[in-house]
Amino acid sequence: MEPDPVTRRATHVVHLTVNGEDRGGVAEARTSLADFLRRELGLTGTHLGCEQGVCGACTIIVDGAAVRSCLMLAAAASGAVVETVEGLADGGELSPLQRAFRRHHAVQCGFCTSGFLMSITAALRDGPVETEDQARDVLSGNICRCTGYAGMVKAVLEASAETS
Amino acid sequence: MIGARIERREDHRLLTGQGKFLDDLDMPGVFEAAFLRSPHGHARILGIDVNAALDLPGVIGVFTGEDIRPMMKPLPAKVAHPDLQEIPRLPMALDAVHHAGEPVAVVVAISRYVAEDAVDLIDVDYEVLPAISSTAAALAPGAPLAHEGARDNIAVHVVQRAGDPDAAIASAPHVLSETFRVTRGGGHSMECRAVAARFDTATGQLVVWDSTQAPHYARNALANLYDMPEDDIRLIAPADVGGGFGPKAQFYGEEAVVPWVAMQLGQPVKWIEDRQENFVAAMMERTQVHRVQVAFDDDGMLLALKDVFEHDQGAYVAGLQVPMITLSTVPGQYKIPNIHTELYSCYTNMVPTSSVRGAGRPQAVVAMERMMDRIAEYLGTDPAEVRRRNLIQPDEFPYKTGLLFRDGSPQSYDSGDYPELLRGVLERAGYDAWRTRQEQVRAQGRLIGIGIACYVEGCGLGPYEGAKARLTNRGEVLVTLAAAPQGQGYETVYAQIASAAMGLDMRYIRVVTGDTGRIPFGQGTFASRITATAGPAVLQACRALRDRIFHTAAIMLKIEGENFIFRGDRVTVPHDESVAVTLQQVTQVANVGKHGITLLRGVQPGLETSSYFAPEQAAYASGTHAAVVEVDPETGRIEILKYVIGHDCGTVINPLLVDGQVLGGFAAGIGNAMYEEQFYDDAAQPLTTSYLDFSLPSSAEVPPVELFHVQSPSPLNPLGAKGAGEGGTIPAPAAIANAVEDALRPFGARINELPVTPSRVIDAIEGGGS
Repeated sequence: MEPDPVTRRATHVVHLTVNGEDRGGVAEARTSLADFLRRELGLTGTHLGCEQGVCGACTIIVDGAAVRSCLMLAAAASGAVVETVEGLADGGELSPLQRAFRRHHAVQCGFCTSGFLMSITAALRDGPVETEDQARDVLSGNICRCTGYAGMVKAVLEASAETS
Repeated sequence: MIGARIERREDHRLLTGQGKFLDDLDMPGVFEAAFLRSPHGHARILGIDVNAALDLPGVIGVFTGEDIRPMMKPLPAKVAHPDLQEIPRLPMALDAVHHAGEPVAVVVAISRYVAEDAVDLIDVDYEVLPAISSTAAALAPGAPLAHEGARDNIAVHVVQRAGDPDAAIASAPHVLSETFRVTRGGGHSMECRAVAARFDTATGQLVVWDSTQAPHYARNALANLYDMPEDDIRLIAPADVGGGFGPKAQFYGEEAVVPWVAMQLGQPVKWIEDRQENFVAAMMERTQVHRVQVAFDDDGMLLALKDVFEHDQGAYVAGLQVPMITLSTVPGQYKIPNIHTELYSCYTNMVPTSSVRGAGRPQAVVAMERMMDRIAEYLGTDPAEVRRRNLIQPDEFPYKTGLLFRDGSPQSYDSGDYPELLRGVLERAGYDAWRTRQEQVRAQGRLIGIGIACYVEGCGLGPYEGAKARLTNRGEVLVTLAAAPQGQGYETVYAQIASAAMGLDMRYIRVVTGDTGRIPFGQGTFASRITATAGPAVLQACRALRDRIFHTAAIMLKIEGENFIFRGDRVTVPHDESVAVTLQQVTQVANVGKHGITLLRGVQPGLETSSYFAPEQAAYASGTHAAVVEVDPETGRIEILKYVIGHDCGTVINPLLVDGQVLGGFAAGIGNAMYEEQFYDDAAQPLTTSYLDFSLPSSAEVPPVELFHVQSPSPLNPLGAKGAGEGGTIPAPAAIANAVEDALRPFGARINELPVTPSRVIDAIEGGGS
């Protein structure tokens, strides 16, 4: 691959399956997967809250596993199957988890929401979440500064009951 | 509509990844900025070499403080005081830096990656100076100065007095004293700060996007700095701002620098703060040291309160609102005939402080409520009973404390029912049963404690807030708020209020926010003020618009003296709904018009109204929290077994959203109480600059809460609304500290420092104090 014409830095072609579609673009070796999704592919639903791998706002699903897209390099993800928040709703129809989030006011500013939705989506595929403690455990890898988590706990339990 | 539990209009886009946060906006051709920041707490700048940075491919421009001199004016303090020793806070450093993280230069490049590469290539020659990293260091005799040339490290010294506190303390049967420390935390909105700007040479207009809580305040600051007419700057807070919590209500150097360099370069530029920058450059709050004395009689009735406190202002005074709020928040819900509160606000070489959710109130509540427990302990009386005896009663409003509030007016509580809050909290907490259980388990060596904390929150501040209402060409009512949301659900709440005001279904009402190009004047979202200020403005503007629509309809329908109503999007009369015009028809006549054709006689064209509501003084929300905790004496671990919140914000507009505000505020309060702590070393180097070493509470740390509302409408506005944004936060640190000390009473341990971490618990057990 030709180096970037301005910066003269080496670039790589990245191919991904994103929300069921083949997508491709060019990235420097150091470009994070989060930046690639947001800037190269225009998928701005994935947000960056800390870029230190802690807050979880950038969580997406890569090859079935919830990952922090700020800590993964785009070049290293080439060939992967990626799911982002943009793929959760079926057309205009919200998923049961999204509907439960709305019903229980589990969203305020909404910046962290995408990461929570993807973390929970991955967790619910591993099995039902049936108790409040389990729900809190599922949510505990992400930080929300607005809601105090109470609505999210209810939403996870309801979505789990509805889908499992 | 008022009081209805309505799901939010905002949620669909946020749940599907279609939100419009600043960095999500598509801005073709935009360049990105990165700031070089001081690595030192205090240093002189001897020279800056930017040549290597300028030579880096992809760099568009590099600007130091010298390069932006034409707009280099001090950023004024938001809340000042005649005695303030004001030290200029500049948009970027010129010849000295006063905290680690202060902006020194900015690079604009084709990407943030390249901009950061270039930042690393800038060479600054610093002469490091002694730095101040605590209020104790600032006030020590012979202390080095946080600012060279300053008189001392005291920004301002303010005393407030009511009655004769000295005489009351001298003659009181009992006096207790204690010192309490509360430590720095931050706002930690999950979206950091962000600014983008584009100068349109065709119109001469500068468009600025800013993830701010206060778009008009920022617009005014830019107009002043750039010496531009206010109409030539359009400042837009995007529809989605990822949390605010106070720090985004301030105006920062970066907000001044980014649009300026965009104009200089003739190119759009954006700056997205990263989390590491946020830790060293976004304003913080909380550090105060309170030396409190309470005087009381044999029954525990308060005779006098004296609270002398130090406030860490940080490197610059962005505003004195926080300590000024503390000064008058200490007395809280109690009748105290003699009060002395005294502030020493100190310059230090740390990130400047300003409001963070709670804003000076949590510290005041710690001072007061910790002492209420000490009085109870001293007298051998139940702490709930000591509180109950001293509460201001419901028939005593308006109640004047004798102090001045931060809004400049004599503090006069407008309404409330404090005894009912306490009664309700104790009942729901199962207070008596927990006291019994506490005794039982103590015999087994288990430590259960119960803590109560009461507060009064001055909120709904002036000077005013504004709204416009207009019938659009599509026949919808467009409500334009000056205020900008950061997750509070304005698009929903203000549609509810507009719907109630007009008697029109919400589906025909749309709300837009936070754009100075749409409405010229406003103040901003802070101090839990918007529902009590913008709410009445929307109510009044929409009532006026309804009347004008009905007036137009009467002329169009050729009927007079009728009471009109809305049925769907039709204007009609109750007894014959076949007589009707649609909103679309009304707007065609009165707003769209026909070119050159005379208007129907009597129609007043231009169906647009505006209202600016100015409350005569602050409103006073209130609440009471109760916490039951169990403390593990081996590890210091604190488990919250039960938490109850009684909350009174006057009229509740949407219970779903108000509960969300209270519960979210509570999570922040738990962070303040138990987890969040910003550390600096003696050279004022920040030691906590990531979430790996600064703990924000997750779902595992925030316990379930039982929440109930008492509604004491405010007589100060037609909605009866008060603020709901901070009540969840304010008393939580005091309630937790009271509960933990109560649990540790067999050890005689003292919890005098917050947050209450396991190590502080162990220290308290071992040392009888923390």
